[in-house]
Amino acid sequence: MPEAHRKFGVERPPIGWEGKRLREMLEESERAFEETGRYCGIERLSLKESDPIRYEKIFAKLRGGLVNARETAMNISASPIVKEVGELCFAFYTPEGDSVALSTGIIVHVHTMSDAIKFMIWHDYEHNPCVSPGDIFTNNDPDIGDVHNADVQTFVPVFWKKELIGWAGGVTHVIDIGAATPGSVPVGPTSRYEDGLQLTALKIGEEDTVYRDHELRCERAVRTPMYWKLDERTRIAGCHMIRDAVETIVADEGLDTFKRFMREVIEEGRRAFIDRIKELTIPGRYAASSFFANQYKNEPGLPPHAQVDTVMHAPTVVTISSGGEFHLSMDGASPWGYHSSNCTPSAMQGALWVLLSQTVMPNDKVNGGAYLATRSFFPPGTWANPQNLAVSTGAAWGFLIPAFTGLFRLLARAFWARGYHEEVMASYGMTMNALQGGGTNHLGKPCSILNFEISTVGGGACAVKDGLDYAAAMWNPEGDMADVEIWEILEPMLYLGRRVKPNTAGPGKYRGGSGFESLRMVWKTVDLVLQNAGDGILFSSAGIFGGYPAAAGYRHNVHETDLIERAGAGKPYPVREYDPEHSELKGLVKGKHCFDKRTVTYPHPFKQGDLYLSWLRGGGGLGDSLERDPKLVEKDVNQGFLLPRYAAKIYGVKLIEDSAGSHCVDWEGTQELRKEMRKTRAQRSVPTRDYIASERRRVREARLVDPIKQCYNSCMKLSPQWAKQYREFWDLPSDFAFSLGDGL
Amino acid sequence: MTTYDIKTLENLWEGKLSAGELRGIQSKFKDRDRFWKFLDYCQARVPWTEKILLPLQPHLYIVQKPDGQRVVKCDCGHEFGDYRNNWKLEARVFVRDSDETLREIYPALMHSDPEWMILREFYCPGCYSLLETEMVPPGYPILFDFQPDLEVFYRDWLGKAL
Repeated sequence: MPEAHRKFGVERPPIGWEGKRLREMLEESERAFEETGRYCGIERLSLKESDPIRYEKIFAKLRGGLVNARETAMNISASPIVKEVGELCFAFYTPEGDSVALSTGIIVHVHTMSDAIKFMIWHDYEHNPCVSPGDIFTNNDPDIGDVHNADVQTFVPVFWKKELIGWAGGVTHVIDIGAATPGSVPVGPTSRYEDGLQLTALKIGEEDTVYRDHELRCERAVRTPMYWKLDERTRIAGCHMIRDAVETIVADEGLDTFKRFMREVIEEGRRAFIDRIKELTIPGRYAASSFFANQYKNEPGLPPHAQVDTVMHAPTVVTISSGGEFHLSMDGASPWGYHSSNCTPSAMQGALWVLLSQTVMPNDKVNGGAYLATRSFFPPGTWANPQNLAVSTGAAWGFLIPAFTGLFRLLARAFWARGYHEEVMASYGMTMNALQGGGTNHLGKPCSILNFEISTVGGGACAVKDGLDYAAAMWNPEGDMADVEIWEILEPMLYLGRRVKPNTAGPGKYRGGSGFESLRMVWKTVDLVLQNAGDGILFSSAGIFGGYPAAAGYRHNVHETDLIERAGAGKPYPVREYDPEHSELKGLVKGKHCFDKRTVTYPHPFKQGDLYLSWLRGGGGLGDSLERDPKLVEKDVNQGFLLPRYAAKIYGVKLIEDSAGSHCVDWEGTQELRKEMRKTRAQRSVPTRDYIASERRRVREARLVDPIKQCYNSCMKLSPQWAKQYREFWDLPSDFAFSLGDGL
Repeated sequence: MTTYDIKTLENLWEGKLSAGELRGIQSKFKDRDRFWKFLDYCQARVPWTEKILLPLQPHLYIVQKPDGQRVVKCDCGHEFGDYRNNWKLEARVFVRDSDETLREIYPALMHSDPEWMILREFYCPGCYSLLETEMVPPGYPILFDFQPDLEVFYRDWLGKAL
């Protein structure tokens, strides 16, 4: 690179197309979309129409290059989160930052990286710090473009001669981000300034070399520098592989053809999304709601103003118009809070995008075009759009995951009505409990822990079959739980067992996918803190069409155990909890049992021999449980997915147990029991309007716990429209608000 | 264009396809005539004659009455009234708002705290099928899940008058 090219203050030739600056290109692109509703104003897909085979070949080559980059570069990482679980993805972007194509993996970030590139363009990085061949940039600032700052992004500009063709982008989820508490989804920060290392769209290298000062800064800012360093090399290597692939395509096809291809493939993605909406859904209005509780009252690790219990509310309304426009509104959402489960609009768009790409358009070209085809409203001041840079988003996924279950359910209603039952799904399982913490590991080294077994929770029940058991996560369709031995290398905790957790799935005609449980024993550490993070006092994963929600979580940790003495004496020790009402963990170990519904905690100290139960959630159920095939209930009991006593209580299935402990259906008894259960439904149900009348009295008399009253009050305050609907539904005075207890 | 014979679709809707067959359908482009075949399938299986305009879920349909009304109707024959109103308001409901009733479905500790979240079950007053559940905090309005724009759907998307 010529010396003069690097000097600031020296007028450098524009790097955009046709002698334009990047900002000029971005302004033109947005103006054209605003005026025409089409990407870059494109009317005809002339390349696709004139030479469709060539067009598809270019897409296949680019897509192949991206997947190849992911599958190869992930082997550089030493982090099981990246290498085993696959928490990375790559994408290629236009000079303006619009995604053209993407790899597999955590594709939620395809849009967040787009936001980050656009941030650099709007802030004129072309002039300062300059964008040149061989440069390397990074970002993890959720306010710019990310979900939370543990998802670290790398960008490499791809040039052809002196012109920027586009950007290669890659993201990995790092083990630790140097937050106030260890781990990569820190539950504990109450402001941005505790979320950890912030890399706000930085230039971190040139001539394909990372600046030493950047490396030193990061190594000294996170608890796991070796993993950090190798993750960064993973991302850079992947971006360089993409650069090579793009250069080969341009050499083969010509620059003008490739430029035209990028424009057309995004516009095709936009049109395809609208086509799929019209093909798969019904125009109209869809509504769903989701909730999450942050239980921080009396949590001594937090500042006093953050020691409160709060309920988060995600009202999800989607309107599909006659033109196939898809509009998502979360009007009525609850406010941001002094916890780390707030989200930026970039995170919300990322979540919307990742779910739509898995549901509406899995068979089409997935890229920034889908984003252009949707509109959204995340109200200012809410958890979904805090409009306050100081707000913590360290564990944004905490509510992002439950919140977007509503989108799955409302799409399921459309797919059902159209007869596309192969696509219908109830709510996916929560990626919880998050086993997180840090301290000193079994090798005497500093460690940070976030166990990514959470990548494999239960899927939602389908319209034609049960949900997938311990399969994936909403944010990574290719999730993997990784071998226990891998986690034992990283974490000073031995696995005593990992097995199916019964009754985690939401019951229904088709049940949700099951979760599982891992029982861990703290081992060879002198300094370890661990926390629980998951749903507990609220259900999170709703059923649909009469299906029940997946089970809500609980905590069971045991401190000061007699486990090591038991093992020394050759006595039995637990390998599972199994049934919390007849806990094997409780029965086989003495100690201080934290066995309760406190499922979100600040990091607490653990010692060698202490036990930590981490159980992963199931998915929501679908349909009336009395319509479930009794043979499937029999199978669930025999395989440990359902506790035997619930076969009758939930499903009305009578089972006969043989001497070997195996169960089989009593068909006659089942028929009788199901008849009786329908009679019971008739006897104890009431007309909905009678229920509304009694519930109205409860609302008027404010007989609700304070966090819920506070949630309703704050939602009404933030949204006059939601307030009007709430007051009208319960026939309340037009200025109604709940009275609250002291201090609220 | 992708299309399937009615036997394959019946097996799909009745949950009888193998995992491989199901995966094949999921991976292919969609068959554009699916809706009409699904309507025929539903119509043949209900014990009444009103024309089904839109299946809403496993038991409920929007149907055209002879007098021109469009109502939500259960496959058992019970009618919930105009489809533009929330059918749940005309259903029967049982609310699990205690540990005792929640534990009929979930083991101890594996359900919500009923002070914070209740479980509403909406039944058909005719057949007592469980049609929908809601997991909401006490005091939360009953959700109107889906309000289809039937006119636009038929006229603009399907190209047929209602």
